[in-house]
Amino acid sequence: MEIKVLGTGCKKCDDLYNNVIKALSQADKDAEVEKVEDIVSIMSFGVMSSPALVIDGEVLIVGRVAQVEEIVNLLK
Amino acid sequence: MLKYIFSFAWLDQGTTWILNRIGVDTGERFGGSIHFFIYDTIKILILLSMMVFIISYMRSYFSVERTKKILEKLGGFKAHVAASLLGIVTPFCSCSSVPLFIGFIEGGIPLGVTFSFLITSPIVNEAAFVILLGTFGLKIAGYYVVSGVVLGVIGGYIIHILKLERYVEEYVYQIKMGDSVIKSLSRRERIEFAKSNVKDIVGRIWKYLLVGIGIGALIHGWAPEEVLSKYAGPENPFAVLFATIIAIPLYSNAMGTIPIAEALINKGVGMGTAMAFMMATTALSLPEMILLRKVIKPKLITMFTGITGVGIIIVGYLFNMII
Repeated sequence: MEIKVLGTGCKKCDDLYNNVIKALSQADKDAEVEKVEDIVSIMSFGVMSSPALVIDGEVLIVGRVAQVEEIVNLLK
Repeated sequence: MLKYIFSFAWLDQGTTWILNRIGVDTGERFGGSIHFFIYDTIKILILLSMMVFIISYMRSYFSVERTKKILEKLGGFKAHVAASLLGIVTPFCSCSSVPLFIGFIEGGIPLGVTFSFLITSPIVNEAAFVILLGTFGLKIAGYYVVSGVVLGVIGGYIIHILKLERYVEEYVYQIKMGDSVIKSLSRRERIEFAKSNVKDIVGRIWKYLLVGIGIGALIHGWAPEEVLSKYAGPENPFAVLFATIIAIPLYSNAMGTIPIAEALINKGVGMGTAMAFMMATTALSLPEMILLRKVIKPKLITMFTGITGVGIIIVGYLFNMII
């Protein structure tokens, strides 16, 4: 699984990133989590409000910090 | 009954009652200041949490992606009005200014329309609205919203007329955006979203509020009226200008200090001066200008700041004259 957290480096982006890490350990899964801060790459996902969560190329969350529980569900 | 609850008369009387019980005379200076501090702090924190929750919940029905789709279809002056109004309801944090700007331009939305959104959106935010509502009442908060929209529409329209497209960084026009997915949220996700907004906003602003209300309480009891109204009253032509300029380096959290203005206004400072300060802390922030520098050239930043700044100052003078 390939996970990307898109965001231009604001506090909310870090929050989402941390929640993803927590969710992974809760779901007992292993995945590569990448922070994408480059604006051109972010735009290529069609995302205009940060933070956003992309799992295996699919944009699942845009413009909000998802809670750990919600991310655990997405990981399944 | 409802009116009693929402006017916070219960809190006013309750605070007086408790203070009197412990031997503080709210009729004299010291007691008056303490009453002001306790009453205002509790009132604004309750209002802020409640209203930010409700407003965020409603905002979760909108998204930047959806707003972009709507604006792409509109043209002319009405596009500026739409952009400005959508700026009020679209959930948007100024840390996303850059992707939003690129996304709008890439979607063919004119530069001026994009700026109508970018001017109104930060000015008319839930926290500013609630703090004004709590300190000055619905009428003033309403005037504030209307002024924010007018400022965005006219400011963006001026940028459109001046044809400043050449001051956008070239690479912006080359970016190709992927297709946006617009996801519908479940009720639970909306509640989560609203809750996390309350946490975020109250968490950022409460310290400034306490300081603002604290200083307000001191002014309330001690500041000499004649001196203040002489220097910061509606008659002083520089008060609005000064309020606007000192707001620029401050973060928007500084709007928490607006209760200072409430106390000052009771002492004869102009309402317009307070409004100008509020608008300037949110719309003219140095951090946002630095962000926008990534996509627009200094000349356009200067024009944007100049147009918005002059607009805010005009609004300030106008309110000092009519209220």
